[in-house]
Amino acid sequence: MAGLDELNVKEGVEEETVEAVKSLAGTYKYGWETDIEMEYAPKGLNPDIVRLISEKNEEPKWMTEWRLEAFARWEKLDEPSWALLNYPEIDFQDQYYYARPKSMEEKPKSLDEVDPKLLETYQKLGIPLKEQMILAGVEGAEDMPAEGRKVAVDAVFDSVSVGTTFQEELKKAGVIFCSISEAIREHPELVKKYLGSVVPVSDNYYATLNSAVFSDGSFVYIPPNTRCPMELSTYFRINAENTGQFERTLIIADKGSYVSYLEGCTAPQRDTAQLHAAVVEIIIEEDAEVKYSTVQNWFPGDEEGKGGIYNFVTKRADCRGDRSKVMWTQVETGSAVTWKYPSCILRGAESQGEFYSIAITNNYQQADTGTKMVHLGRDTKSRIVSKGISAGKAQNTYRGLVSMHPKAKNSRNYTQCDSLLIGDKCGAHTVPYIEVKNNSSRVEHEATTSKVDEEQMFYCRQRGMDEEEAVALIVNGFAKEVLQALPMEFAMEAQQLVAISLEGSVG
Amino acid sequence: MLKINNLHVKLEEEDKQILKGVDLEVPAGKVHAIMGPNGSGKSTLSYVLSGRDGYEVTKGDASLDGEELLDMEPEERAAAGLFLAFQYPVEIPGVGNMTFLRTAVNAQRKARGEEEMSAADFLKFIRAKAKDLKIDADMLKRPVNVGFSGGEKKRNEILQMAMLEPKMCILDETDSGLDVDAMKLVSEGVNALRDSGRSFLVITHYQRLLDHIKPDVVHIMANGRIVKSGGPELALEVEHNGYADILAEIDA
Repeated sequence: MAGLDELNVKEGVEEETVEAVKSLAGTYKYGWETDIEMEYAPKGLNPDIVRLISEKNEEPKWMTEWRLEAFARWEKLDEPSWALLNYPEIDFQDQYYYARPKSMEEKPKSLDEVDPKLLETYQKLGIPLKEQMILAGVEGAEDMPAEGRKVAVDAVFDSVSVGTTFQEELKKAGVIFCSISEAIREHPELVKKYLGSVVPVSDNYYATLNSAVFSDGSFVYIPPNTRCPMELSTYFRINAENTGQFERTLIIADKGSYVSYLEGCTAPQRDTAQLHAAVVEIIIEEDAEVKYSTVQNWFPGDEEGKGGIYNFVTKRADCRGDRSKVMWTQVETGSAVTWKYPSCILRGAESQGEFYSIAITNNYQQADTGTKMVHLGRDTKSRIVSKGISAGKAQNTYRGLVSMHPKAKNSRNYTQCDSLLIGDKCGAHTVPYIEVKNNSSRVEHEATTSKVDEEQMFYCRQRGMDEEEAVALIVNGFAKEVLQALPMEFAMEAQQLVAISLEGSVG
Repeated sequence: MLKINNLHVKLEEEDKQILKGVDLEVPAGKVHAIMGPNGSGKSTLSYVLSGRDGYEVTKGDASLDGEELLDMEPEERAAAGLFLAFQYPVEIPGVGNMTFLRTAVNAQRKARGEEEMSAADFLKFIRAKAKDLKIDADMLKRPVNVGFSGGEKKRNEILQMAMLEPKMCILDETDSGLDVDAMKLVSEGVNALRDSGRSFLVITHYQRLLDHIKPDVVHIMANGRIVKSGGPELALEVEHNGYADILAEIDA
């Protein structure tokens, strides 16, 4: 959008208007940055930095020890290289591991005390931090009355949580929703019991790194037999340069409870790549159900593949109780590199895991993503629906494991992974691993690869749509099974994202 | 309205001339029919006019209300008022019929600098049009043409035509695969759209469709050219004597 940068802005035109026009014209909508005074820990990674992060969060000693132990392990580990990803070596010493807005030094007691610049940032992203109803407006909702819905938000800016909405109202229902740093201080017994119990400190290179240096994230506890009265969401924003974001999310759904949780991510447009390594742990007890939805839209790098976020994420749900259920839904449109396999440990008898994913890669983006369904208990069920869409020179890999253990009698898995190629310079790969160690379980796998059909394109264009609209429509149709699994608020955003992400990819 | 002048077209991939000098003029408000044996170039004409890839215009031109058609992108031709009812309507899985149509209607409005239609207005509009064509709510929600019967597909084409309100409608073998009842419904749908400002080019192999949609002029196309034009009686002649007689007469 060089044309716009050279645009002579007439006097009197508000900067905001110019920004708005620019953001509409570019392909990445959220590439702007917030000009705010930051406080950094020194660059690099060593035990002192780990201690400093712990200190900034006013953590108890056990937490500091936990982190230091993780760091000691991490130093002995090698970065994994099995994924179908190609990126320059990451210099872990050339990163900031902690960055927070100066105004956050004194913890604001309520949202009213939060720096207006921060609030503005989220407003600009379309995330309401004022406690208000959200009006859902989704494709196909025409026949339904528009209804207002409440969504509680935890906003994480670089290394710290800026604020969490609706806390009081949630508290009345017994639900705890706060930043993980607050949970470590206020609910140490819960954190101590569950942290690292699903993704152990030693799990993998990035998870171990995260365990040492995670700075904030969200914490959710739903008490027994409670249906969380509203949807919970965390919005992650990376703003500072050369800074990695390492967040940690811990969700505990006690017996017979239910919660739907959403996660969104964006970052400014920069020439240098930035690191993001998160860990999400979910514990689901007897008869409880958790829905976890992600719309990942980190900056993907520019058209030449410069910059972008390296996204290394470990997400795992442990269905501990009988008849527990988890559903992962992800729309992955951002990041230069994605390494992510939200997984389900189906331990309880009759527990169920579902994974719905759309990964869209364009230009030089690379995604290696999928899931693991580990069937341990009897009569467990899992379902995987994965849609990979590649355009430009991008590479998109589905990598999935379905494992039926000896005790997982009468278990079922159904996997369907489809790839759609737009153009002839991109790639789609499917790497399914299947292990069945009993003879009463059944695993079904279907995979297809197709190209956007010329007949369909012509049909749409004859009806008046331009190429981009036509591709967006066809791709949306392809992705529909996954988009339908998203909560209303996100379905709308995701649909637009799919269109934005493929803009300029045709022809 | 539509003016085609000495149009020569060959296939892009192979050196095969399909249209060898087509001249045709369809004035506003008129219905012209093109009949001809298989392989005469009828469908090619409809594709070339609507801008499908794979054809190369080697000579001649075509215009709609004075606007050069052949320089435009397919969507620009659509916005200019050209509509093609497909012989084989295309299936688009996962995309609701209604969503498809709303995207199309608004894309054309946007291209013409008009305001987009609101969801409520659109709903009212489509319900009224669908009712006339006996298209139920379920068919509007189902993915575009997926699992539709032959008759449903063709009715759906006419619904799209009614919604997009084009100036120039080309119907490519709309009667193929239709039973008598479906043919009646489709024809009624087309007749309801006849208007002094709207023209039709009805491409068909058989005369029977023209019993329902009465043409002003009938053209016979053979071997890439229009070889004979006349009134509706020409269609009846084809019906009685077949194409062979007419073609022999011309050769002689």
